[in-house]
Amino acid sequence: MSVKKMITMYLYTRYERFWHWLQMVLIFVLLLTGFEVHGTFPFLGFDEAVDVHNTVGLTWLVAFAFFMFWVFTTGEWKQYIPTTKKMFQVVRYYSYGIFRGESHPVPKRKEAKHNPLQRLVYLSLAAFLLPVQMASGFLYWGYNSWKAWGIDWLTLDTLAFIHTAGAFAILCFIIVHVYMTTTGHTVTAHVKAMITGWEDVEEGEVQEWEKAGTKQPAA
Amino acid sequence: MMKSTIGSQLTVPCTLLLLLFMLTFLCAPAAFSATDEETEDKAPGITMADQATKEKKLWITTDHSRLKELQKDFRSGPEVTQACLTCHTEAADQFHKTIHWTWEAYTDDKGRVFGKGGDSINNFCVSADRMQDKGCLNCHPGWGTKTEVVNCLNCHGQKSINWEESFEDLEAFAGSQDPDEKGIADEIRGNIQAAVQAVVRPERQNCGACHFKGGGGDGVKHGDLDTSLTKPNKALDVHMGSDGQNFECTRCHTTTLHNIAGRVYTKPAATDRKSLIEDDLTTKITCESCHSSTPHKSDSKANDHTDKVACQSCHIPEFARVNPTKMSWDWSQAGRTKDGKPYMTEDEFGKHDYMSIKGQMKWAKNVKPEYFWYNGSISSVTAKDPIDPGQIVQVSHPLGSRNDANARIFPFKVHRGRQPYDKVNKTLLGPMLSGPDGYWTTLDWNHALTVGNAALGIPFSGEFDFVDTTYVFPITHMVAPKENVVACNECHTRDNSRLASLAGFYMPGRDQFSLLDSFGWILVLGHLLGVAIHGLTRMFTNGRKEGK
Repeated sequence: MSVKKMITMYLYTRYERFWHWLQMVLIFVLLLTGFEVHGTFPFLGFDEAVDVHNTVGLTWLVAFAFFMFWVFTTGEWKQYIPTTKKMFQVVRYYSYGIFRGESHPVPKRKEAKHNPLQRLVYLSLAAFLLPVQMASGFLYWGYNSWKAWGIDWLTLDTLAFIHTAGAFAILCFIIVHVYMTTTGHTVTAHVKAMITGWEDVEEGEVQEWEKAGTKQPAA
Repeated sequence: MMKSTIGSQLTVPCTLLLLLFMLTFLCAPAAFSATDEETEDKAPGITMADQATKEKKLWITTDHSRLKELQKDFRSGPEVTQACLTCHTEAADQFHKTIHWTWEAYTDDKGRVFGKGGDSINNFCVSADRMQDKGCLNCHPGWGTKTEVVNCLNCHGQKSINWEESFEDLEAFAGSQDPDEKGIADEIRGNIQAAVQAVVRPERQNCGACHFKGGGGDGVKHGDLDTSLTKPNKALDVHMGSDGQNFECTRCHTTTLHNIAGRVYTKPAATDRKSLIEDDLTTKITCESCHSSTPHKSDSKANDHTDKVACQSCHIPEFARVNPTKMSWDWSQAGRTKDGKPYMTEDEFGKHDYMSIKGQMKWAKNVKPEYFWYNGSISSVTAKDPIDPGQIVQVSHPLGSRNDANARIFPFKVHRGRQPYDKVNKTLLGPMLSGPDGYWTTLDWNHALTVGNAALGIPFSGEFDFVDTTYVFPITHMVAPKENVVACNECHTRDNSRLASLAGFYMPGRDQFSLLDSFGWILVLGHLLGVAIHGLTRMFTNGRKEGK
């Protein structure tokens, strides 16, 4: 396999980066306080943990609304359209090629940040797991108003089950997600990109179907 | 191209600003409440209660010591009562209709008479045997153990003297010509007159004379009522503390026609959770009467609990905080003798933990309550009800469930007993304890049970054994200062939750789905393991590649 030339590319806008790290902090605090409320370990004290969890949870809900606005107004939503094209190659790469030092079969581009595997995972996350977690959390928070909202047929057992299951799923995602940041051409390349916006990527052609839009990176 | 660049340059800072604004907004309540506590402003519930109980100075237009009727040479209790009734003409008639006099709460459709004067049973001295167990009558508001005439001064006398003894002594010395004995007679006469003239609205020691000593001694029965409440400090009782609100019992236990509000043992439950500001005479007193149903600060999670958790559950962390209370009483151990004589032993508190005439008893201090759903009614087993001796008999037990809108999780003292029952008729038995035929004199169960049940008018087969029983007392006094309330994690915790025994609902921190948790953690560990193996493999294989 021939060594490809590296080019530096502006991948993530300021808002995108801000959103990513804000969400990281929010989810980190939510996991910590959430598992404390769940009774897994003592940390802030039950009542403090509940207060923090509620405040941060509601913050996340509002912040997520801004993210949705951004995703749809900028056309970034196209980055999340799932595809099976090259899926096999990506799976093969991560389970085999990566150990042989092969190049990534789907190099990142501004207009195609996500490889097919990422598209699938991030879509499930943004369109399913996180909304479910936020909705169940919001209902949990509003427990005392269930009667007024006309949803007192719901039971806290069910809701707690969903919310806890969601927390485990998010925790599992984070483990893999954090690990995957080390799979760039250097161990910190991906993390650096999410901080500065710029990433060193191997030169290559992006196929037309991969492109999210025609927007140019903001300087 | 240029335009869109400026556009996105503006969008980003704007979004950032908005997000920041939003964060500040959401964090604001927490920040404000922190400063609130520093300036010690009051929770709305305290302000409400302060308004409801704003010092209402009750004035008195009669100085009883100046009344001619009370300056007579009284020779008997009934004469004193007669003097009271010359002015308070309706008082005795009113009082005769109250439970304080009849010791009967109500009769149900099956003819069971509830109340200690009726068919009710407890697991202390078991039964008053329809007022024939004279030992019980020390607390009956008559003169001595007689039940004919009301002794108004039991509740309205500020000075407590031994009336029977005083009248007997006066009788003995009054006719004497001996100047010494005459002097003694004058002194007794003076004491009696002074006691008769010291008329008050009921004070703590009046109510406490019986209610602090229910069961025949200090703190035996209730756990949240004992002589430590005669002069409590604020730490023991925020309402009654003499260094705080200094409430008399009657501040909450209001009265209509000598009927005292606040009885919680029998039906019906308090359905009107209304404010004392609207109506100072609710028949059952609840904390909400003064404090409202959302007493905590508006951002407090505690307000969300008041629909299911009684105030007492958090605000009375422990009962019997000064004096010990009796927690169990095993009658089956009674009757043991040393050298043919009855004996008794004392425990660490100086309380009798064994008495030949009573059996084995256990006392405790600083007791954590047990919690049950409670709608304000308590079911009870009378001497007429069939029992299942194979199980612990709940002689009295709170009614209510999670689905009952009027029920709250409420704290109780549970007194555990072991007491006689009829093996053939399967009913609890009411032994005669005091008097010449009583067990305390004879140590003969068969005789005491025969006489006792005869007094109750309920058949006794002659065959008896002992059965384990429980009896409950709602814990509602000894409200602790707010610093000492039960912390969230005393209930919301996996291990030793105060509410561990309450099932049928999910409680954060206490409950979990073990399968989900196990599966979840296995999944988390699996992912960790997976990335670890992947990472290590990369480290090894990448090294090999560079060597190529």
